[in-house]
Amino acid sequence: MRNLITFIRKYSFFFLFVGMEALAFYLILKNNHFQGSSFLNSTNKVAGGIYTKYSDLTEYVNLKEVNDDLSNENRLLRENQLGSFVRVFGENIIVKDTIYKRKYLYTKAKVINNSTHRQNNYLTLSIGFNNGVQNGMGVIGPSGVVGVVKDVSANYSSVVSVLHRESKISVKLKKSAYFGSMQWDGEDYRLTGLKDIPNHVFLTEGDTVVTSGYSSIFPEGLPTALIKTFEAPEGENFYKIQMQLLNDFRQLTYVYVVNNNTSMEVKNLESGRENAND
Amino acid sequence: MIKTFVTYPLQFIVFVLFQVLILNNIQLGGTINPYLYILFILWLPIEWNKALVLGISFLLGLSIDVFTDTMGMHASACVFLGFVRPYLLNLLAPRDGYELNVSPTAGGLGWSWFLQYATICVFLHHSFLFFVEVFRFSEFFDTLGRALASNIFSLVMIILVQVFSSNSEDRR
Repeated sequence: MRNLITFIRKYSFFFLFVGMEALAFYLILKNNHFQGSSFLNSTNKVAGGIYTKYSDLTEYVNLKEVNDDLSNENRLLRENQLGSFVRVFGENIIVKDTIYKRKYLYTKAKVINNSTHRQNNYLTLSIGFNNGVQNGMGVIGPSGVVGVVKDVSANYSSVVSVLHRESKISVKLKKSAYFGSMQWDGEDYRLTGLKDIPNHVFLTEGDTVVTSGYSSIFPEGLPTALIKTFEAPEGENFYKIQMQLLNDFRQLTYVYVVNNNTSMEVKNLESGRENAND
Repeated sequence: MIKTFVTYPLQFIVFVLFQVLILNNIQLGGTINPYLYILFILWLPIEWNKALVLGISFLLGLSIDVFTDTMGMHASACVFLGFVRPYLLNLLAPRDGYELNVSPTAGGLGWSWFLQYATICVFLHHSFLFFVEVFRFSEFFDTLGRALASNIFSLVMIILVQVFSSNSEDRR
């Protein structure tokens, strides 16, 4: 026993080091779980507050791009407005019925912290569960998917960016509706990869890739990326595709959190199915 | 006394804020990012208790982690640096040991000593950090390349800050 104590005493510095490393790695592994909230991240009061102050200071730098994006979005919305359509023939009858029900609600949020240079990138938003944000909600930018909410505190939320090596977003080709998964390779913040597209599908460079809507996180058909290059490696059944992201992740300032009213229903149904399989 | 209880905490806060608010927004070529904040660990007095330095390193890394949502990554790299530092200081010690109360800066021990010390520390810290970040050895040279690139960038920043701070020390 005494030998043990002298042994520990002698190497106490080393044991302290091992203990601290163990604690650090415990935190890393805990953080790698996709869901789950923790206090120690940028959604806490101090870090979130400092980031808010800082982004208030630097906001004007991006104003030009933000205005550009907003006016583009406005143009799109205006194009789809009823007033921009002209009646070609016949008489229209408006029937009020219950066929349509609201499925998606959008909440505006400001990006107060963002990174693109790491292997696993996160964003911090200026809204939290006081504004109705919940874990697992989707986040979209002016042009396409941005990420999925990971941690929520009262006034801030932390988002796993598309530029995260573990993030997989279900997408499909706009033209042919073949679906695959969008996954980042950690290299360039403007490019991302597309997997699981079988090599008999006809592709051209510049094809639009939209969200598939299978995940019930994002609305279907949201343009997200353009195909930049593709090749069919020999002996494999799937293409290797590089896509150009439509969002400029360096300049994200305002984004929307997507609330799907039916997501609980879909989740319950699907978990019931998995249980039935067991 | 005042230096210990006022200057160091203040320096700690300044280093963390400067890192997360300014340097983290600087990226050369998309992925290269300088990590200047470890200069705080490098500058800690030589005669301080090893365990205390280890604890401070952990706190420093953790503070950076809280801001960047990289829980534990910087903490583990900083603890590693804090652990290696006393051995490195022994290794680099002048033949007759360090003078009492000499600070591990370019002003205190000369530029050639400081450059050796900083280069090794930055290299160890960055390599550890980048390998923890990818959490795999499969892309070994890719990761090492990115670590080395950031290495150079950080080292340049550290030297710049050291030049400015030793100038102000001289004036005092």
